[in-house]
This record gives sequence, structure tokens and C-alpha cells, in this order.
Amino acid sequence: MYPRPGAGHVPVLRLGDILLVTLQGDLYDSTAQQLQQDLSETIVSAGVTGVVIDISGVEIVDSFLGRVLAEIAAQASLLAARTVVAGMRPAVAITLVELGLTLPGLRTALDTQAAMALLEQPVVLSHAGGTRRERA
Amino acid sequence: MPHGSGASLEWSSGRVTAPFHGPVRYRYGNDDEETQVPEHEAGGPLGTPTLEVRDFLRRRREQIAQRWADEPLFRAVFTLSRDEAVEAGKAVVDALAQVADARRAEDSDAAGFTGVREQLARMSTSRSRAGLSLAQVSNELAALWPPVDNLLAAELAERPVEELRACTTTLSTLMGTLRVVAVQTALSEGQALIDRQRLQLLEVATPVIRLWDGIVAVPLIGTLDSARSQVVMETLLNAVVDQHARFAILDITGVPTVDSLVAQHLMKTVAAARLMGAECVVSGIRPAIAQTMVHLGLDLGSVLTRASLADALGYCLHELGVAVSSPAAGGAGHR
Repeated sequence: MYPRPGAGHVPVLRLGDILLVTLQGDLYDSTAQQLQQDLSETIVSAGVTGVVIDISGVEIVDSFLGRVLAEIAAQASLLAARTVVAGMRPAVAITLVELGLTLPGLRTALDTQAAMALLEQPVVLSHAGGTRRERA
Repeated sequence: MPHGSGASLEWSSGRVTAPFHGPVRYRYGNDDEETQVPEHEAGGPLGTPTLEVRDFLRRRREQIAQRWADEPLFRAVFTLSRDEAVEAGKAVVDALAQVADARRAEDSDAAGFTGVREQLARMSTSRSRAGLSLAQVSNELAALWPPVDNLLAAELAERPVEELRACTTTLSTLMGTLRVVAVQTALSEGQALIDRQRLQLLEVATPVIRLWDGIVAVPLIGTLDSARSQVVMETLLNAVVDQHARFAILDITGVPTVDSLVAQHLMKTVAAARLMGAECVVSGIRPAIAQTMVHLGLDLGSVLTRASLADALGYCLHELGVAVSSPAAGGAGHR
């Protein structure tokens, strides 16, 4: 029950100011390209500020998927939208790290709900460093 | 307990002249029952030293076992009952005879040894537990040889020198193989123990603790190798999913040394946790280790670090928006 190459079309759902994309199973070159095109067009036409990519249904990952995610994030940020990848499975995360794809520019969340909450927050510039909690 | 001496033996002198036909009855010293040694059907001349030794072992089984029972090895292992020691000795002699029968005196994998492996393992384990090194156990095993050799020499005193020497050599080979088997058994016992403990260590040493709603911590203790860090990573990531944790704390207070490999493992774990949407905090880097890491040029720049587990927990709580009110400034206080 694999989608035939070229036949797959990943739906892009709009929820207010956020676009929701759910990836499932294998992702083929043509599907990925179509998705990237759909996303950039929808971001511009709808004027959204955030994109959530739910990959909890992805069990097998390769460097291609990693690159697609990074590219989507990069093109979305060019269009002033933040991208959050949600629901990555432990095995997928380990594989990506072992492949050397730590995807540094990508925001991540535990699930779609957390991703929505993250996108509702105002833009924080210094994410990594954080502020050291001062003792009172 | 008196041992049968050479003088009380009544074994037939006709045996000295080579091949005999039909079963021969032997009688000897402290064993009144007559032992039948069936004729060897293998067709080879009976003068073969290996078979000679086999027959000798079978004849003198009781005596050898009795003498062995007085050796330090058997005395130390079978402290309670001498009879048990004699029985164990007999089993070993039987095994030796069986191996000699198969003409595989040099082969430590010979089928004859299978039966006594457990016995030997028990003996060597008991000796190692008493604090003896493997070499000492091996020496004690070597001490089993002289009594048998004396018996053999006494028995074959009238035989030509070459024949005696050939038999002695075979016996010595056989005893040497026995030693090898015993040491092998002891080593494989040790290896099995190490394997078991390594597995236990992997299971025991990586508990994931839930510190708060959405905060999990792994206190790492001991040296991190790639196998362990793999287990740590998997258990941590699974805990992140199960407990829905936004924060994961890796506490390395118990890690004695941090080299580039350990640092790499830490970075991988942190990166994987981040990919899943959890933030990872590394805590408990001791001052000396921090210094070493800087000297080594290890860059943990992308990793959020805190000095202690308490600091890390404080940071996570702050990020989660949980306020901890403390009556005394600087202390964690009661909640």
C-alpha cells in the first residue's frame, strides 16, 4: 500500500495563521517537490506566519527527508514564516543524528499541539543560549 | 585410609607380553571385586601407549581417586566428605580413560571431557573464590600428576624403558590436556560472568527519572562507551515520548572522564532530543573536566549546560513557567 511515485499529494491544511502538513510513509522526489511548491504558494497567498510539519507517521527516514525538511524551513523563513517539525519518533531522531543531520536551523516540538503553542509565542531571538536563571 | 601399594597387586604378569586374546581378569589391592577389562576391538596393537594408559587408568581408577582425594585441590574443594572427593576423582579418571580410548590425548575438545567440565568448573570456581589466581589453580591441578605417574611407574617397572617412557609421556600429555580443559572452563565461566554483568550494568545504569511534569533526567554514572551511550540515548528518547517531556537533563556528575568520544556521544543525544522537540540540558560538569574539555578543544557550544542538576532543574522549571517560592534566599526550600 505504498503511494505510487508521482501520485502522492500531501494535503496542506490551513488553521488560522498556521499551515499544517502531515507526512506519512515514504516521501518521493515528486511529492516533495510538489509539497514545497504548494507550501510556498500558500504561505504567500494566505499570509500565514507558521508552518507545522507533523512527521509522527514517518517510521523510516533517510538523508533525503532530512534535506527536504531543512529546505522547507529555509524557504518558509525567507517568506517570514516559522517552521516547526513535530512528533519525530526516537528511532528517526537517532537515525538522523547518526547520519550527521542535526538540522540546526529547525524548530522542533513533541507534537502538533506543542508546535502550535510554540508558534503562538512571540519570536525569541536567542533560542539556544537561554538566560541563566539568577538566584534571588 | 591405606592405599593399595604395588606389593598387594595381583595383576597378571602374562599381560606383559603383547597381544592377548579374550577378556582378562585383574584383581587388585583395596578393591575386592574383579574388574573386567574387555579386549580392545580396535584392532591396533595393544602396546600402543595411549591404550596402555587407558587400561592403566581403568584398572587403577579407585587407587588414583583415593590418592587425589588427599591432594590439596580435592581436599580444599570437598571439605565435607572424603567420599565425595573420591567420587569426583573417579569421574575425572573415567573421563581421562575415555579420552585415551578415543586416542585424543592432546585434544581439549575431546568428547570425554564433556562430562567432567561441570566438575572442573565447580572446583576451579571454588578455588578462585578462596582467593587463588588461575595460575595457582593450574599448579594445584599439576600436583595431580605425580601420584598417577608414581603408580604408572610402579606398575610398568618391569617393562622396557622406551615403553615406560612412551606411557609416561602419554599420561603427561593427558594430564596437561586436563589442565587446559580446567583452565578453559574457568576462563569461560569468568567470561560468562562478565557478559552477564555487562548486560546488568547496561540495564541498571541508565534510569530515567521524572523530575517534574515534562522534565526527565538521566544521571549518568561510570564510563560512557558507545554501547552505553546508545542505550542512554534510546531510553532517554523513549522517556521523552512516554512522559511527554519538554526538557531532558543529562547529569554527568558521575562520569569520571570526558574525552572527545564522550563529548560526541553527548552532542548526539542532545541533537536527537532536540529533533524530537525536547530541550536537552547537560549538567554536572566538574571544574576539572570543564578545564580538560577546553584544553582538548571540545566544542559544546550548541549544548545548553548548567553547573549542577539543581541549576538545570531550576532552568527547566523557569522555562516551563513554574515558580518555586523559597522562604530562604538561595535555597531550593520546600514546595
